[in-house]
Amino acid sequence: MSDKASGEGIGQPVRRKEDFRFITGNGHYTDDISRPHQTWTCFLRSPHAHARIKSIDTSAAEAAPGVVAVFTGKHVADDELGGLICGWTVTSKDGTPMKVGPHPILALDTVRYVGDHVAMVVAETLADARAAAELIDVDYEALPATISLATCQDETAAQVHPEAPRNTCFEWELGNKAETEAAFARADRVVKLDLTNNRLIPNAMEPRAAIGEFDKGSGIYTLHTTSQNPHVARLVLSAFVGVAPEHKLRVIAPDVGGGFGSKIFIYAEETACVWAAAKVGRPIKWTGDRSEAFLSDAHGRDHLSHAELALDKDGKFLGLRVKTIANLGAYLSTFSAAVPTYLYGTLLSGQYDLPAIHVEVDGVYTHTAPVDAYRGAGRPEATYLVERMVETAAREIGMDPAELRRRNYIRTFPHQTPVIMNYDAGDYEASLDAAMKAIDYAGFPARKSEAASRGKLRGIGMSSYIEACGLAPSAAVGSLGAGVGLWESAEVRVNPTGNVEVMTGSHSHGQGHETTFAQLVASRLGIPMEQVEIVHGDTDKVQFGMGTYGSRSGAVGMSAIVKALDKIETKAKKIAAHLMEAAVEDIAFENGTFTVRGTDKSLAWAELSLAAYTAHGFPSGEIEPGLKEGAFYDPTNFTFPAGCHICEVEIDPDTGITKIAKFVAVDDFGTVINPLIVEGQVHGGIAQGIGQALLEHGVYDAESGQLVTGSYMDYCMPRADDLPSFTLGFTKTESPSNPLGMKGCGEAGAIASPPAVINAITDALGIRDIEMPATPARVWSALQSAAPRAAAE
Amino acid sequence: MYQFHYERPKTLADAEALLGKADDPKILAGGQTLIPTLKQRLAMPSDVIDIGGIKELDFIRAEGDAIMIGAGTRHATVAQSADVQKHNPALAVLAGGIGDPAVRHMGTLGGSIANNDPAADYPAACLGLDAKIHTTKRLIEADEFFKGMFETALQDGEIIKEVTFPHPEKAAYMKFRNPASRYAMVGVFVSKGPWGVRVAVTGAGQNGVFRVSEMEEALAKSWSPDAVAGIKLPAKGLNADLHGTAEYRAHLITVMAKRAVAAAG
Repeated sequence: MSDKASGEGIGQPVRRKEDFRFITGNGHYTDDISRPHQTWTCFLRSPHAHARIKSIDTSAAEAAPGVVAVFTGKHVADDELGGLICGWTVTSKDGTPMKVGPHPILALDTVRYVGDHVAMVVAETLADARAAAELIDVDYEALPATISLATCQDETAAQVHPEAPRNTCFEWELGNKAETEAAFARADRVVKLDLTNNRLIPNAMEPRAAIGEFDKGSGIYTLHTTSQNPHVARLVLSAFVGVAPEHKLRVIAPDVGGGFGSKIFIYAEETACVWAAAKVGRPIKWTGDRSEAFLSDAHGRDHLSHAELALDKDGKFLGLRVKTIANLGAYLSTFSAAVPTYLYGTLLSGQYDLPAIHVEVDGVYTHTAPVDAYRGAGRPEATYLVERMVETAAREIGMDPAELRRRNYIRTFPHQTPVIMNYDAGDYEASLDAAMKAIDYAGFPARKSEAASRGKLRGIGMSSYIEACGLAPSAAVGSLGAGVGLWESAEVRVNPTGNVEVMTGSHSHGQGHETTFAQLVASRLGIPMEQVEIVHGDTDKVQFGMGTYGSRSGAVGMSAIVKALDKIETKAKKIAAHLMEAAVEDIAFENGTFTVRGTDKSLAWAELSLAAYTAHGFPSGEIEPGLKEGAFYDPTNFTFPAGCHICEVEIDPDTGITKIAKFVAVDDFGTVINPLIVEGQVHGGIAQGIGQALLEHGVYDAESGQLVTGSYMDYCMPRADDLPSFTLGFTKTESPSNPLGMKGCGEAGAIASPPAVINAITDALGIRDIEMPATPARVWSALQSAAPRAAAE
Repeated sequence: MYQFHYERPKTLADAEALLGKADDPKILAGGQTLIPTLKQRLAMPSDVIDIGGIKELDFIRAEGDAIMIGAGTRHATVAQSADVQKHNPALAVLAGGIGDPAVRHMGTLGGSIANNDPAADYPAACLGLDAKIHTTKRLIEADEFFKGMFETALQDGEIIKEVTFPHPEKAAYMKFRNPASRYAMVGVFVSKGPWGVRVAVTGAGQNGVFRVSEMEEALAKSWSPDAVAGIKLPAKGLNADLHGTAEYRAHLITVMAKRAVAAAG
């Protein structure tokens, strides 16, 4: 292998291939694309959280300068388009399927959240479209709105959908109720906590955008869009919405500037653009602005929970019971039913040998934007609950939180939890030990008293998280209600000159696949990375794929590439055997060269590639010309990244400002292809997790249902100076469930960090709980109510 | 953005003439508030008169016991001015802490005080330093200039030319930023000079910047952080929102005042 190739191999911190084009402004995002004769569109959105539409008069808008067409829900209904769907069916504990209200592309007679889509104006320019939208006269009858999660199931609460009485979509449970009750009956100690997991608004750097197109000659529709999974978008748009047959619809997701889950889903705006393009006979472009992103991107989290943990006298966990109310918003989004159920309840065992668990989750509707997967999706909520409970239990029984964790860690694998998951590999104590060493856990009391001498309150908190990634074995998710399989596909095309194109069903929107996937292929074939092109995001180029989310692209997407490379090697060896007149069994392939064992015969990769296409003298019927192989990979299990994060905070009691003094993250991601990219993923994840813990909160006015945090004036995104320099470490147990031993790293930071931060703050303040985000105002107010109590003690 | 007529005059006289002719004009003086407002279609002026090209508004002059700053001077220029840093370092620090670098390189002193955003920093400096505001028509004392939220003593067609800041003996500005917007949630400017002692608070009040006479009297007797530490302001009249109650803001005024006095030395 050349020096260059060895510096690009698996485990090397190769700089990202894609960054040069991004930072020099040469990326091609959807908004960078313009099509001939393109029109622009904007959407008229509901100003009400809940209202009946008595009438819509579009005549003035239609007559306005530059207007091409105005569409309302009636046009959509006249074309008999289906509504937007949820691809996962959750069944309630009484055996009934979840109760789903219709989700029209454009509202018909009712609007259900501020920002709901009411009408679409297509015009020559964006300014024309916006001006005309203001001329649409909608006669609304405003109705009372249901906003509060705590009271949305009351008999008196306004109903979001008549199909779902008490605004309850499903009442789901998991685990063994009788065993859990028995565990509590024999417990020496029960720890109880009410917890809130705050609503977050995703804020990908690039807002959603779309260009819909229709070619009259061929009857083919094209949608350029900001999608994490273009094939799934095509499937939903054809099979369920009915915009066009699947073979007449091409979906292209070019460079995409961040998703964090919010671009998995199939939304109304993108759907409307491709549908309406045929009606106006011209391409239609829409680029959402930031205000629209706040209102209409699917939000994340938003749980209210009550949890109880049963322990014996030695601190051994006996059982956990949880009741959660999960906000689904006004409509079910593409995967929203799965997030607070199968991606949440299944992770409540954490890293612990917990013999009995019972969880009940009510999925509820409110007059707010839909809530769906957001970085971590269900797993941050589970980790927050488990790790807050464990830390609280340790404090209440007077045991060091690390010691309580040690007493309860799972130590043998595979381990079957009471909540479906079967953990395949891990060493939880190794990451705990490494994290405690890195933060100098033993030195904390000295740092605390030093801080106290400066009038500051110092606290420490840990989080031993686990998540399930590598989504997911198709049979498993199918049995749990998924409407799709979660395998991945790859195709490796070797060109006659020896360079390689890899078509993957994964989609990169910040993850760096063009680099990591190329590292894998280059090291396997013994060629430089620059001879490998990773092709993704176009349904015309890649046959099918399930896209990127749930930290699945390494464990599942790259495994499909490995499988395709296996086939390439098999065929290439067959060709090499023919060319070098040897038996296939005697052919070796290493560092880009084929050799015949025990001889000096050899053939370079490029020579073989050319020979595969000249095909001169191939024995007919035995070897087909060409070198191209595809594979579908279906994982045998989830993967289980795990680790330990420890946070140390210092609080200014005068202002309530929390400063993160130290943050250590030790993660076990199994095999790491590119540590530079992995560290970047961890940094980004922790930033988002600290954002949730200290800063971010999607808030609706409790009465009017207006989004109070509809801009950066009130929605607080983490900035560089809110964050410390992170100390990272890695431990490694390989996942036995995929050929590379990978586990996934994209979500860990966002999952692990919030409980570490809140555990540190509650430690510093000496209180049981503080709601996220722990803003200065909340911390100060907690100190005001805590102070007299402390004085009385 | 709605359509409007745009002009960029070169002289103050031309700007005044254009203002006189227009139906519903707006002056663009850096545009750090006006441009976002226009983009969100929250304002629909007939004319936007951009005074950014008027050279006579862009200067800093130290003369005698005061510094004169042209209304068109950008925040970054004030922050970096050797004269301001020498004679009025608190003002340099305040200007250097407005918004972010992009805002500081576009936003201007005149634009800021004419807009009188209740969370803006400059109003606290003007009120806290007994500044004189010179317009195309008259001289207005800072005490008379700020009239409430987004309200000033300026009349139609009146343009701010310069602001005179007398040199303080001691002064400092302490700001508690709104975590999301980073505007002042509570900003306190304290000073001691020929005018006596002043304590001006921005960000917290429902009617914009205001003075705290109780603190001024206490500091006049004894210039020390302890002099204000025990003064609790009533929450009445202070803002309350998602980011904090009125009681929290009242508490922060005391904390920031104490820290400002300590910083002023």
